[in-house]
Amino acid sequence: MSLNGSAYIVGAYEHPTRKADALSVVRLHADVARGALEDAGLSKGDIDGYFCAGDAPGLGATTMAEYLGLKLRHVDSTECGGSAPILHVAHAAEAIAAGRCNVALITLAGRPRAQMVAAQAAAKDAKGRAPLALKPPDPDAPELAFELPYGPATQNLYAAVAKRHMHEFGTTSEQLAWIKVAASHHAQHNPLAMLRDVVTVEDVLNSPLVSDPLHRLDCCVMSDGGGAIIVARPEIARQLARPLVKVRGTGEAPKHGMGGKMDLTYSAAAWSGPLAFAEAGLTPADIQYASLYDSFTITVLMQLEDLGFCRKGEGGRFVADGNLISGVGKLPFNTDGGGLCNNHPANRGGITKIIEAVRQLRGEAHPAVQVPNCSLALANGIGGALASRHTAGTLILERV
Amino acid sequence: MSTPELNQGKPPRPPAAAPGPRKVPAPRVLPESQAYWTAADEGRLLVKKCKACGEFHHYPRDVCPHCLSVDTEWRQAAGTGTIYSFSTMGKGEAAYTLAFVTIDEGVTLMTNLVDCDPATVSIGQPVRVVFKPSEGGHAVPMFTPA
Repeated sequence: MSLNGSAYIVGAYEHPTRKADALSVVRLHADVARGALEDAGLSKGDIDGYFCAGDAPGLGATTMAEYLGLKLRHVDSTECGGSAPILHVAHAAEAIAAGRCNVALITLAGRPRAQMVAAQAAAKDAKGRAPLALKPPDPDAPELAFELPYGPATQNLYAAVAKRHMHEFGTTSEQLAWIKVAASHHAQHNPLAMLRDVVTVEDVLNSPLVSDPLHRLDCCVMSDGGGAIIVARPEIARQLARPLVKVRGTGEAPKHGMGGKMDLTYSAAAWSGPLAFAEAGLTPADIQYASLYDSFTITVLMQLEDLGFCRKGEGGRFVADGNLISGVGKLPFNTDGGGLCNNHPANRGGITKIIEAVRQLRGEAHPAVQVPNCSLALANGIGGALASRHTAGTLILERV
Repeated sequence: MSTPELNQGKPPRPPAAAPGPRKVPAPRVLPESQAYWTAADEGRLLVKKCKACGEFHHYPRDVCPHCLSVDTEWRQAAGTGTIYSFSTMGKGEAAYTLAFVTIDEGVTLMTNLVDCDPATVSIGQPVRVVFKPSEGGHAVPMFTPA
């Protein structure tokens, strides 16, 4: 069953907060649900399917259904980290095509920034070490004993990928820096972005080394907030007043250590991307705008290669000289400033990737970064960590 | 990391270095990998091999990830390999180097590079296993230039 055309994105909303001192996680989920419903011109009673991932509190979908007072006939809590909402859109389209629901709500929200500040303050009061992570690791995770003693943090895992890429293909820190430079050019137009200053390649290289070869400005921001998407049956989408954004192609795939036969030169997007392009009947050359998961600059570079926007190993040359800057380069990306400059709610960037792609297709991006006549956009997510295990989700959307 | 810095919307930094080197957390061992850690305490590196398909794997499991056979056995690894990739994080004494090392048996392990200046090592360099104490638990295999 092809999902091409089986469902439309009719609502999208991004929470304006970046630091939620006084808003609970569940309240953030509720805020974005309300925002997306208002955007779509739908009401709560229209929702009969609900999708969330591990960032939803308590029993996840059950807890959220209770808090929001939803009467549902389809729920899905597919959890794969930051890429989850991209898979949720595909799964919502599947459910709609199968007659399991008509209007699906997807929410993502969290407040890791406020929680980390509180945890650091508590550690300081107790004269202890600040925590590296907010949640303890799962003692049943089979890899735990073979990883935790070595101190894998998100930064050094992605840094190891960057270093291997440099070794294999001659990629440079200057080339990676261009990705941040492009994001900052976009973020200057977003009043909600956490980092609005335009930066140069030199600024990135002169920022402190976090985990070599990644500098501080190679890393995304930490933020609170969230977002929501509403996916609906085509007949319903056509009755609404919003521009029509069609689900045209979807793909998902996990990649892992492969029993020790690991290869860090490619990501799971090399598998999810071709599935989505095949379903859409398109090639990367057809895509006018791309939302690419930008936990780090290297994450973007890997996706560009793995999705086929350039050949493997040529990502560094592809991103140089502003090729990702809207109005300047060939492939405008993350025109909201992305995780690198705008926000990364719940430490999960998937929902904001979809939201900015929808804005571009509707012609509702900031005029300074709007891609003219944008009719085909791609959103890709990487959930987990590139060097250990992750799941990629690819979504191709069309304005019709 | 101070709160005012966070309020300026900066990306997260590693926590300020506490005095002294990073402590190695004790491995939390599942029954199927107990032999690996007992051997580590004796200064031996084990690797799992599948008797059905003949492939090595890591991290070690009862069930072979290549063919799903439960007929897997422990082999003693040569204890040598090459650096696949690595990165140094943290400052001063607290700095440590996460690495991926491909051992001679053909599987790649997450590990740390120790007893060396990481600025002087490179991908592809030969390394050998050493065993370092963890905080109140089993010895942990790490690697150093051969």
